Amino acid sequence: MSRDRTIPGLTVALAVCAIGGYFIPDWLMNQMMFGFARALAILGLLVLWRTGLVSFGHALYFGLGAYAVALLDINLGISDAFVRLGVAMLVTGGVGTLLGFILRNYRDIFFAMLSLAFSMVLYGILVKTEALGSTDGFTVSPPTFLSAAPEGKYPLFVLICVFGWLAAVLVQGYLRSTLGRLTTAVRDNEIRVEYLGYSVARAIHIKYVMSAVLTGAAGALTAMALGQVDPDSMVNWTASGELVFVTILSGPGSVAAPFIGSLIFELLRTYAFELVPHAWQMIVGGTLLAVIFFLPGGIWSLFARALKADK
Amino acid sequence: MSGDPILQVIDLQKTFGAVVAAKDINIDVSTGEVIGIIGANGAGKTTFVNMVTGYLKPSSGTIRFEGRDITGKPPRLVTQTGISRSFQVSQVFTSMTVYDNLLTALAITDSRGFNALRPIQRPDLTRRCEETLVRYQIDQYHDSEASTLPQGVRKLLDIAMAMVSKPRILLLDEPTSGVSAEEKFNIMDIIMGALKADQVTVLFIEHDMEIVERYVSRVVAFYQGEVICDKPPEEALIDSRVREFVIGEEYPLEVREAGSHADH
Amino acid sequence: METLITIILDGLQYSSYLFIVSVGLTITFGVMKILNVTHASFYTWGAYTAAFFIGQFSEMGWPDAFGFVIILVSAIAVGTVLGYLIERGLLRRMYERDEVLIVLATFGLFLVLEDLILLVFGVNPYFAYQPMALLESVEIGGITRDVYGLTLIGVAALVAVLCWYGLNRTNWGKLLTAVIYDREMSEAMGINVTRVYVVTFIIGAVLGALGGAYIAPTVSVTPGFGVDVIVLSFAVVVIGGMGSIPGALIGSIVVGLMRAVAVHELPEVELFVVFAIMAVVLVFRPEGLFAPAKPRKI
Repeated sequence: MSRDRTIPGLTVALAVCAIGGYFIPDWLMNQMMFGFARALAILGLLVLWRTGLVSFGHALYFGLGAYAVALLDINLGISDAFVRLGVAMLVTGGVGTLLGFILRNYRDIFFAMLSLAFSMVLYGILVKTEALGSTDGFTVSPPTFLSAAPEGKYPLFVLICVFGWLAAVLVQGYLRSTLGRLTTAVRDNEIRVEYLGYSVARAIHIKYVMSAVLTGAAGALTAMALGQVDPDSMVNWTASGELVFVTILSGPGSVAAPFIGSLIFELLRTYAFELVPHAWQMIVGGTLLAVIFFLPGGIWSLFARALKADK
Repeated sequence: MSGDPILQVIDLQKTFGAVVAAKDINIDVSTGEVIGIIGANGAGKTTFVNMVTGYLKPSSGTIRFEGRDITGKPPRLVTQTGISRSFQVSQVFTSMTVYDNLLTALAITDSRGFNALRPIQRPDLTRRCEETLVRYQIDQYHDSEASTLPQGVRKLLDIAMAMVSKPRILLLDEPTSGVSAEEKFNIMDIIMGALKADQVTVLFIEHDMEIVERYVSRVVAFYQGEVICDKPPEEALIDSRVREFVIGEEYPLEVREAGSHADH
Repeated sequence: METLITIILDGLQYSSYLFIVSVGLTITFGVMKILNVTHASFYTWGAYTAAFFIGQFSEMGWPDAFGFVIILVSAIAVGTVLGYLIERGLLRRMYERDEVLIVLATFGLFLVLEDLILLVFGVNPYFAYQPMALLESVEIGGITRDVYGLTLIGVAALVAVLCWYGLNRTNWGKLLTAVIYDREMSEAMGINVTRVYVVTFIIGAVLGALGGAYIAPTVSVTPGFGVDVIVLSFAVVVIGGMGSIPGALIGSIVVGLMRAVAVHELPEVELFVVFAIMAVVLVFRPEGLFAPAKPRKI
């Protein structure tokens, strides 16, 4: 059976990345950090997507996570990566739980629009508030690890890889559980779920909070990897659109898909930007259209096909 | 039959604006009964089932299940207390296979507390799943996607899924609608056989009087939101108001003495 | 007193602008159930086209008043060409698919069209101040205002009246109402829904382009300036009720006035207030303040 190879595969990939990362050039390590950090958010959106929900406002949590790190740094001088990550996840979990009480009653375009509204509220606050960095945002000091303050980006890179692996394994376990099955089940038929005695609203709420926390972690790790936070690339609606785009690009087929899709997106964007600086959006948009029309299973479906052909 | 009614419906009423969809409905159901609900389209049959199963809130009146007031409770809680239902249009998980449909239903029903986080593929569930497929004779469709199923199989799957929560009462909304004439008895035999094994009390809405005659122990007839007849089938099917408002005069009277099937 | 007049005029002017920009979006949604992100592209393309030709003709010595003709022609040309191509080339193939997926497809197309702008018009900003300079300014209650800005209010009123007339007093409007109410039924009754869709989409596109073309003389037309517009018009359309023309009017007025108050009294909340209203409306009245009538299908 091929279905049990996900976790061993992820583990091998983790080992390769962690060891290989020591030798790769800085630019590639940066790309992988941004890609894998964003993949955490995609993992959360994938769970929602399987439930039939698309959020146009997850930049809210990406931004909250990133700004939590920046504010901890600036106001309290906290540089420890674990504390930063933990606080970011707590904050996004809290906000996600609260907003979830409202959003769990919404579907389709209304879910998308209300998510958008919430995220734009945060954007509106950030760009107009001097104390929160306004349109410029903040720079973020390099992370420390417990009491160590190592040189270079490698430790953060390893943290992102390990955290990504952990999240993927947990989400994989989740998807195989009853709660995880309540993704497709809710998307297919809410009435049946209710008449099996389970609350659809609760199932959606749990998934929403999960995706919020994962996206918060993604924002926090990106802030540390990038060394800065700003509202336009992290909280504006285009940032939410980008997250949804990468989710579609990756495909819903596997928990490994977000990592592959997100890394490919990162490379695509960087190279497109370098080669044709005035047409990179065109390439990105064209890719999105191509995936929607010709590759509904996303990039993962290509991998799945290759893996099948292997056997 | 046992003493206290398992389901008591008292003065149930439902209005949509000026339209009265259900009026002064009083029904007591005893454990083990098989009740056929008949009536023309719009007579209030489905409204009644929807109210008992929490899909619609009654405007007034009381519904008691095993002595507990369940009036106006949402479907989820009604299901948890031990009432289940099927639908006129089968409510299955269309993108999943038959096996996955049933396994999902079993897992959701078995999801109290930490069970919800256990893997869905676990021996106790998969075994029950396979058994249920066999009992409802849909095991040959094991790996077919639900959206591709023939109507009759989909109905069976729908009912099998309704039964995984081990309800004490099952309400079926037209179990044979959309099923061909040759198939209908076969399907009803499968359903009734499976339900009998679980000792479940059954109420079902039915348009087909052949089915009613053959399977029910009691007939409740609806007309314009009211119960106009509540009798054993051999009496109900010759009742003049039932013949006028529900069955139509052309349904042959002479078959009637064959009421013998009714109390099997 | 002067502040109050300024707020009211600013508010009305901004409301008018929002209405012109978002009424097309709501028409498209109402008829086709498509939340069209490329509406921002119509806006941007309208602005660039108008700004470019106003500049060109002005250099050739044409009178400044000709700018108004250019604005109108640009809007119609851009809307018709882009609207036709997008409906035929893309949306046509998507009607059966999930509405959220259609939003994403239009988002992809929006990105493509954003960069196409740069390839066609270059990266430098355009200033098409001529029509605005022509109209000079007036004094109202002791405050000096640009006349051009005030004409926005008139244009918005004209658009509103035309929309109302088209929908309620013409045969075409009746067809449209039928399609909005029940698409399948309309098809069964012999209405050419395909054609209704194309024409509707083009009308929406022309209105979007008109918004951009008309605002072009008052701003510097730079890359990426449609980005904020689309999300603001989403807010307007949601607040009023997606698919409702009176809704777009109410939404525009609410957002326009609130923003004007915020800008003058509490600038920090300028953006926040718009989306807070949007969120509040969605929470308490998800169908919007002016929900269009919808048949219930079971």
